[in-house]
Amino acid sequence: MKEIKDFIKYDEPVITIRELYKSFGDLHILRGVNLDLYRGENLVVLGRSGTGKSVLIKIIAGLLQADNGSVEVLGHNLINISPRDLQALRLKIGFSFQSSALYDSMTVRENLEFPLVRVNKQLRRKEINEAVIGVLEAVDLLQSIDQMPSELSGGQRKRIGIARTLILKPEIMLYDEPTAGLDPITCIEINKLINQVQDRYKTSSIIITHDLACAKSVGDRIVMLLDGSFERQGNFDEIFDTEDPRVKPFYDYNFIK
Amino acid sequence: MISKTVDKYLIELAEIHRFVIRFFKEVFVGPYEFKEIVRQCYEIGVKSLPLISLTGFIIGIVFTKQSRPSLADFGAQAMLPALISIAVVRALAPLVTALIAAGKVGSQIGAELGSMKVSEQIEAMEVSGINPFKFLVVSRVVATSVMIPILMLYVALVALLGAYLNIAQNEATSIVVYFTEVFDAITFRDIFSSVIKSLVFGFTIGIVGCYQGYTSSKGTEGVGRAANWAVVMSMFLIFIEELVIVQLLQFIPQ
Repeated sequence: MKEIKDFIKYDEPVITIRELYKSFGDLHILRGVNLDLYRGENLVVLGRSGTGKSVLIKIIAGLLQADNGSVEVLGHNLINISPRDLQALRLKIGFSFQSSALYDSMTVRENLEFPLVRVNKQLRRKEINEAVIGVLEAVDLLQSIDQMPSELSGGQRKRIGIARTLILKPEIMLYDEPTAGLDPITCIEINKLINQVQDRYKTSSIIITHDLACAKSVGDRIVMLLDGSFERQGNFDEIFDTEDPRVKPFYDYNFIK
Repeated sequence: MISKTVDKYLIELAEIHRFVIRFFKEVFVGPYEFKEIVRQCYEIGVKSLPLISLTGFIIGIVFTKQSRPSLADFGAQAMLPALISIAVVRALAPLVTALIAAGKVGSQIGAELGSMKVSEQIEAMEVSGINPFKFLVVSRVVATSVMIPILMLYVALVALLGAYLNIAQNEATSIVVYFTEVFDAITFRDIFSSVIKSLVFGFTIGIVGCYQGYTSSKGTEGVGRAANWAVVMSMFLIFIEELVIVQLLQFIPQ
């Protein structure tokens, strides 16, 4: 089990979601989701494929609109937020995509500089270089600074994707399947990096995954999305202390029982 | 079934309308992505030069060769430079440039934005506080709208040179006399009309390519479809626009 960090403030939610509903046509994905993310914590969201985990964090990042309910991020209600306020709010949210979403036509350096120079136009070349080198050191990939994304491995791409979000110094990190498609050793490295990001940048994070090793390693708290809402939450042992047929196969499969 | 198809068609039409309106809203409001616009102008303009030069030159030669017998029947070979000039400047150069650009540039834009969309790169821009519409769409549409008229003037010149090559082989006409006759046959109105026509064609190629790519879905299949539809749709629209603009230009006094 992961040790409890003393900087987590369980009386200070940074994301508050109440009675959130989202459908695509006749498909009702989220059905009355309630969720709090507290300052400094790593919250793992578990659930089967297609249960709406990614939809949930895309709503939090303002990429999708909720049908009903309230989503409050750092004090801003996303339901009636103006485009300008949403753009400003997004700078405080880092989103690590499942596919890494690196810009193929740019080198690693250009990928990292791209959001930075647009957000902060007054930065001098020296400050930009320092910021780029700083985040590349944080993800331990300084040697890849001039490589193209196509020259990187899956794990390296994930790390650069995380570095690109860190360069804007976000308060909240959203990880969409950070270990999907990676070998076990690279998974361990990514899990370690997620914990390092939490310690070093004091970010509050939501980690979407169905990799239980990842959940156990990075999660301060775990919630499980079942039938469109969160029915189970707690630490790793509390979540899987059940005979619920919707939950038990998760554990059995991941730990080969 | 029919109602569903009609619904889908109308929804798509409304989405295209919204896309075009959004372009006009964003193109006149800063901040501008000048560096990206210049990069796109280079990609669209300079990188199309080899293909467009070859095509323009060949069209000039072939058109002259095919036109000569008809004029020769009336002993009017001397009218060749004037005929070529009017045909190339008024019709061939704008249309050929637009069709080649639709194939090369339109498909490139559709495929590029389509693959960016399916690999979540457009969403990545959005969550980084960057306006992807302005960076990707506005810059490309501005670049095609600027570069297609310039390419059209270049194609006209190359086609006229190709035509001269054929004329020089068959008639003893000097290049100075040839170009004097070429420019005597056309007016400023002809060049101006063709530039305006090319501007419309350039805008069409850019906006159609961007719309297809920016709204693509269904993974890699969607990327192929975006590239394909970008070409088919813009070529279709270019012919319709050609027809409409030619009718409208009749009302402009000489």
